[in-house]
Amino acid sequence: MRLKGWLGVAAVALAVGGTAQAETVKIGVVLPFSGANADLGHQVDKAFDLYVKLHAKDIEPHKVEIIKRDEGPPTGAQAKTVATELVTNDKVQILTGFVFSPSAIALAPVVTQAKVPMIIANAGTAWITNLSPYIARLSFSMWHHAYPMGAYAFSKIGCKTAALAYTDFPPGKDSTEAFKTGFEKAGGKVTESIPMGSPVQVPDFTPFFQRIKDAKPDCMYVFIPSGAHATGVTKAYGELGMRKAGVKLIGPMDLIPDNKLQDMGDAAIGTVVMGNYAVDLDNAENKAFNKAWHEAYGKDSYPDFMSAAGWDTMHAIFDAIKKLNGKVEDGSKVIDVMKGWTGNGPRGQVSIDAATRDIVQDEHAMEVIRKPDGKLGIKVLGTTKAVKDECKELKLGRCGS
Amino acid sequence: MPQVANIAVSILFDGLAYAMFLFITSVGLSVTMGLMGFVNLAHGAFAMAGGYVVVTLTRSYGVSFVPSLVIAAIVVGAVSVVFERVLYRRLYKSTDLEQVLLTIGLAFMAIATATYLYGPIPKSVPLPDWLQGDINLGFRQFPSYRAFLIVLGAALIAVLWYAFERTNIGAKIRAAVDNRRMAESVGINVDRLFTLTFAVGSGLAALGGGLAIQLLGLSPSFAVLYLVLFLIVVAVGGLGSLKGTLLAALVLGIFDTGGKYLLADAGGFFVYAVTVVVLLIKPAGFYGRE
Amino acid sequence: MAASEIISGAMRERAADYLTKRHRFRAAEALPWLIAIAVFFIFPTRMTFGSQVLVMVMFALSLDLILGYAGIVTLGHAAFFGIGAYTVGLAAARLDWTEPISGLFAAAIAAGLVGFVTGWFLLRYRGLTLLMLTLATAILLQETGNLRSDISGGYDGLPGLTFKPLLGIFDYDLYAHTYYLYVLAVLAVMFYLVRRIVYSPFGQALTGIRENVRRMHAIGSPVHRRLVTVYTIAAAIAGVAGALFTQTNAYVTLTVFDFDNSAKVMVMLILGGTGRLYGAFIGAAVYMVLEDYFSKLSPTFWQFGIGLVLVLAVLFAPRGILGLFERMGSYFAERKRS
Repeated sequence: MRLKGWLGVAAVALAVGGTAQAETVKIGVVLPFSGANADLGHQVDKAFDLYVKLHAKDIEPHKVEIIKRDEGPPTGAQAKTVATELVTNDKVQILTGFVFSPSAIALAPVVTQAKVPMIIANAGTAWITNLSPYIARLSFSMWHHAYPMGAYAFSKIGCKTAALAYTDFPPGKDSTEAFKTGFEKAGGKVTESIPMGSPVQVPDFTPFFQRIKDAKPDCMYVFIPSGAHATGVTKAYGELGMRKAGVKLIGPMDLIPDNKLQDMGDAAIGTVVMGNYAVDLDNAENKAFNKAWHEAYGKDSYPDFMSAAGWDTMHAIFDAIKKLNGKVEDGSKVIDVMKGWTGNGPRGQVSIDAATRDIVQDEHAMEVIRKPDGKLGIKVLGTTKAVKDECKELKLGRCGS
Repeated sequence: MPQVANIAVSILFDGLAYAMFLFITSVGLSVTMGLMGFVNLAHGAFAMAGGYVVVTLTRSYGVSFVPSLVIAAIVVGAVSVVFERVLYRRLYKSTDLEQVLLTIGLAFMAIATATYLYGPIPKSVPLPDWLQGDINLGFRQFPSYRAFLIVLGAALIAVLWYAFERTNIGAKIRAAVDNRRMAESVGINVDRLFTLTFAVGSGLAALGGGLAIQLLGLSPSFAVLYLVLFLIVVAVGGLGSLKGTLLAALVLGIFDTGGKYLLADAGGFFVYAVTVVVLLIKPAGFYGRE
Repeated sequence: MAASEIISGAMRERAADYLTKRHRFRAAEALPWLIAIAVFFIFPTRMTFGSQVLVMVMFALSLDLILGYAGIVTLGHAAFFGIGAYTVGLAAARLDWTEPISGLFAAAIAAGLVGFVTGWFLLRYRGLTLLMLTLATAILLQETGNLRSDISGGYDGLPGLTFKPLLGIFDYDLYAHTYYLYVLAVLAVMFYLVRRIVYSPFGQALTGIRENVRRMHAIGSPVHRRLVTVYTIAAAIAGVAGALFTQTNAYVTLTVFDFDNSAKVMVMLILGGTGRLYGAFIGAAVYMVLEDYFSKLSPTFWQFGIGLVLVLAVLFAPRGILGLFERMGSYFAERKRS
């Protein structure tokens, strides 16, 4: 062909491939907006909204359209219905949110069939990611915090014996099981394991704690659902004078969610937890995150680990949109982008394990202290980098399937 | 102290404190259900309202905890009169089911309103120093707040007992609970009596709600979460009976606490098992009317 | 004058006519079914939601048998729903038994059995006592399930249940078309059963018990036996509803036993109108559609809308929505006559 012809071809090629077509990516957000756990849903939702607002220009010329639906109670049924309709009716290309494990579990066969990626921002049951190749998780599994805590408690906190107390539902059993595995492996001895009633209502923790206090273990590992329970635990612990009696309070970070920490008072000081996030975490991203949060939601509002996970979730989704140039109809491509994704967020650096599609993150041992400004805060005692979900690593129980 | 005695004391003390909370919050429901046969499933919402009033007073206006409790009780009691006159009154002759529907609807609206005004995040209240920490009774330490609950509960029981047994109004209420038609025919204005009782009952529920913040936490779902518990106390105690509600609260409170302490695995079981056993033997509750 | 002369032949004929006419199918009765089928064609993308509505209709229908017709007020009906749901769930998860229709039968039998046993003990009580006893029973069942969460899966439940295609041919898809028609068919069968019961002499006896139990005792009617029978049947139907719930969701957790479930179905029934069969249809459909609508309008505050609807319903439609229709119907009938 002559030069003019080539130029012509080049011009056409440029016109077709060069200009990116502006896509609108529909994202379905399923969170508990009402009901007993509404505060959890709102913590995640606020992070979502904040990220979208601040980073909209990152994916220009593309846009996201967020459709929010109430996850409902933790039965899974409502989540399944609303999420299915988001896919079939509203034609969303990505599903995200999901505070409750049953919701994600119920939805797994649906997303497999519909080939829609489900990016989990909270639900923590370890084997969820095994249920479908379209699931990726940005939050945590119970084992992320509990397993390393076991070894840490024995070697660094001086817990030779520990009593376990947990809310009687699967995450509680998961978490204490994980702690026990790590703790006993390190040489510790679990004295007793006490279920503390259903997750629906905050029980009076006093009888359970009184019994543990009377048995005098070195430490008490407590798992409760984040939220109202956390404050109840600290109050009961303080009222019974357990710290003075020599029983240390330890647990996953669900024990001291940032947005309730200030209410907990002196009783919380000295509690040691293992977790992936705290408002006081010292990195640049987190400082910016907190600043933006306070600007948007007021100085009395605090983000917590759920907000941090929500932020990273939206970050990962935005990165996928960017990488695929807005073409997210093929769910498996989105998941492929997720596999091996790394990003910097309020939690520090996080990544998604290509094999399990679950999060890999740093776990910090943190202690509650009184800061110079009088507020309660966190001091990081030590960090284990790039922790994976040990349950799947060890292929224990359902994690092995 | 020997270990067994220590455990027993722990259980009794904690159980007693919990029972006081149950009594204070449920007694209003028992008397209104016994007096007017009105099924008020919004009772939990009144308790919740009391809790939120206390939160507002202590956090936004710096009022101290105990005065806030009193104010909350009065405010909610007064507001409940409005509800009674405008809404509830129309349904005295209606079926139980309609009353259930109305009051559940009100409870739902209350939850949404609380979410709107206060957000879904659970609240706590700043307690004065003397209510934090422990008090030393010589042989043991006890958490001050729970001791306060027991003392307050006992005081209220004394006041209520006096009002019920020794005053004119108390006599009229007892008469109306026993046999409403008879009471009306001897000239007792049962309608006004009911408004009064309802106001006091709701006020007490509000007080209970305020006290619950430290025990159980306060969030918009409080209105329905603990409703079952109150209904159980009322049913086991017997409708319209002060003595019954107290006994039921004590039994359930101590069994629940003891059960959780001794057999944590079966923790929640005890309350319901006790309920079933009592009701099978005494269907109208401890002191109810057949 | 002898009584037989007072009651003239014409009167007797009128009475017989009234009694037999009651159970013949009226044209208006086809309406809810036509609507259900129409929905299938008009809203093909909402079949997942539609199936859940039909499941609730069946659940409410079973409650109507005991609440509306026999006058038994219970707060533990979710127990039977839960047993049905778990029968199918456990059979599929632990015994690899995934044939759907036999699952329904198994669920009905299991739930009916528990209904029979509990009913035999508990139906000697009434009022608040019965409410609390039934409530406690449901919760105790839930707690037992949690105790053995290794079997029941606890609150995380039994996930990923797969079921054999219906009749070996019809498989399930994302759009739940098969499910909707399946549930609708089962609902039709259940409804036919309930209708036969209600218009039979047995059904009449139930109404008698509801209206004036003392008199029924006085005329020697075996009240307790009748109540236990209807309670068992209602439990079985609730069990079938629960089974369908598990099958359509491919998942079941212990929350099926929740008090919320029992309360919700009762609210739906009262809203629609008790004791008239179709109240269950209207109540469940209206409640769930409203809940869905409000929830989309405001995921956080939708409860206000529902609460308001309930309050207004009580104030202006005390006999339920069906009661409203009846009043309108009789109003127009009056106008026609005058």
